[in-house]
Amino acid sequence: MILTNLETVPGRRIVEHYGLVSGSTVRAKHVGRDIAASFKNLVGGELKGYTELLSESRNEATRRMGEQAIALGANAVVNIRFSTSSVAQGASELYVYGTAVRVE
Amino acid sequence: MSNSTEPSLWMLVLPLVIYSLPFVALVFCGFIGGFVERRHYASIRLREQTGPRIPLVPVRTWDPSRTIVESRLVSASVVVSLDHFKRFLARLRNIFGGRVRAYESLLDRARREALLRLQAECPGADIILNLRIETSSIANTKGKQGAGGVEVLAYGTMVRYASPEATPPPVPMATAAA
Repeated sequence: MILTNLETVPGRRIVEHYGLVSGSTVRAKHVGRDIAASFKNLVGGELKGYTELLSESRNEATRRMGEQAIALGANAVVNIRFSTSSVAQGASELYVYGTAVRVE
Repeated sequence: MSNSTEPSLWMLVLPLVIYSLPFVALVFCGFIGGFVERRHYASIRLREQTGPRIPLVPVRTWDPSRTIVESRLVSASVVVSLDHFKRFLARLRNIFGGRVRAYESLLDRARREALLRLQAECPGADIILNLRIETSSIANTKGKQGAGGVEVLAYGTMVRYASPEATPPPVPMATAAA
């Protein structure tokens, strides 16, 4: 699976176009992590628990998008965009979308 | 009878001590937070000077004449938050309006950190194309307290060209000056 946020895969030619594919996850914060993070929040600095949580979730969303693209018969996803929105208190949605294509 | 004045004195001092504790804690958090921030900035500056300096560009094509051997999506993110004291000051700032320096420096170091991590992610890259930086606020558990922190996600497509001895033309770094 080739993933890129360019409009084409560099050095390859797109032969077929399958339209938009997307993947998303909504993740809530783990209670243990939330407590640890709220203590860290007192003094500021990096909240490593959240950094890990969000990048894991984003990988999950990307994986779902990849599965969708494979199901369509694509071998690459181009023009990928990430988007984050907080839907509820303590939960955020991580959304990834792109265009499924087949390259040579 | 004789110790009737002493309890009344304690009644005066004890509430003062108790009610000033949150403020003392706030200032203490501010001291630690300031230390954490300075240490983070020192680390950012060090890595900006010594780390891999891969050009980060928000354009889609860089050098079409050269053949590309590898390209893939890379991303890096960081979540940072302010200390309680700075958040308190920022809330005071809300009354008068104007620049909120505490949040400016928070976002500055979050973006610089994300870009540094992105560069560290792909040490073999010649250039990172189509760089995007996305910011989102992580809501606090007590939603009314405002943003608990910010998440900065930086992503782009790393590209490695065929001839590693030829370096790409110099471009200004995407990282902001201090």
